[in-house]
Amino acid sequence: MIHTTHNETASPKGIDAHVAARQRWMGLLARADAKALEKAWAELEDKPAYVVLRTPETGMVMVRARTGGEGQQFNFGEMSVTRCVVRTDTGHQGHAYIAGRNKTHATIAAVLDALLQVPERHEALDADILEPIRYRLNLQDNETADKVAATRVDFFTLVRGDD
Amino acid sequence: MLMNSQDVRPLPGQPLPGFAVPVHDSQRVFRGILDAMAHPGKIVELTDLPDAPKALNKASVAVCLALVDFETPLWADDAISAQAQAVTHIQFHCGCPITTAPEKARFALLSQGTDLTSLKAFCHGTDERPDLSTTVIVQAEGFGGGEDVRLSGPGIKTETTLSITGVGTGFWQAVRDNAQRFPRGVDLMICTDEAIVCLPRTIEVED
Repeated sequence: MIHTTHNETASPKGIDAHVAARQRWMGLLARADAKALEKAWAELEDKPAYVVLRTPETGMVMVRARTGGEGQQFNFGEMSVTRCVVRTDTGHQGHAYIAGRNKTHATIAAVLDALLQVPERHEALDADILEPIRYRLNLQDNETADKVAATRVDFFTLVRGDD
Repeated sequence: MLMNSQDVRPLPGQPLPGFAVPVHDSQRVFRGILDAMAHPGKIVELTDLPDAPKALNKASVAVCLALVDFETPLWADDAISAQAQAVTHIQFHCGCPITTAPEKARFALLSQGTDLTSLKAFCHGTDERPDLSTTVIVQAEGFGGGEDVRLSGPGIKTETTLSITGVGTGFWQAVRDNAQRFPRGVDLMICTDEAIVCLPRTIEVED
């Protein structure tokens, strides 16, 4: 028997649209500059009460990679990761996994993940917290791209006269 | 800078907070379990334990948090499995697989009042590998105040007495039957809200 399902919200990979959106904001929170995020959190109004379900803890994860993005996967190396899970008074659970050992960063990211799940608060938080992170990440990307571009070497072959 | 509140109530099915200081708390509980296993029948008190969800008690949750992980499938009886929060709580903090086959479980959780009729179904190990057996966590109401049972065996110098309230009538007979299977058999950890007592398969229950 063959089952076919059709889901309007499913992205091409089959990931729920809400899950995909949450993955994006969790990624942004994780890549945010810790100092800047702490400042944004301090300035945030109407902070929720929360309990820590999983206290921030640091561990190692194995990073897998493929050479040139293809071929066999291999163990690239281990990196330290800090994770944290909280539950806010809105009843939402917030999760955070960040690179490095900054426990404050992990806790703030987890609380913000929970808050971003509240539909009424999402838009304001997106503008106040996520937008500056996007801006800074874009800036960094451009800077890197510029640096790379400045040292770019174009290889080309002169057309030789055939006659 | 960060706020924390005890007033944040969980929704049904959400896990509760685990150990406050995971490394030190689990080491402390582990030390208690070692002490209890080395001295069968000795009441070992465990303090400052995190809250337990419905159908579980504090010491049994603490034992799970300290011992159960992704490599140890856990089996829970029907009364516990029926409580979504109890299962989610353990799975969230331990990351363990939940099995419905008792013979495949490395740890088993039994509700308070159980008479241990299910004991036969667990893994008893083999004569070559008796260590492969299931460790059974039995929840009870308390120690003392019931009928005293005399215990002896390895880890007990002469003999000791123990009474457990909140277990089924067939409990001690099942413990005796379990000891008969030595070197095979299961090890029991009796848990209340504050303390644990271990009854490994070497225990001799006197009539």
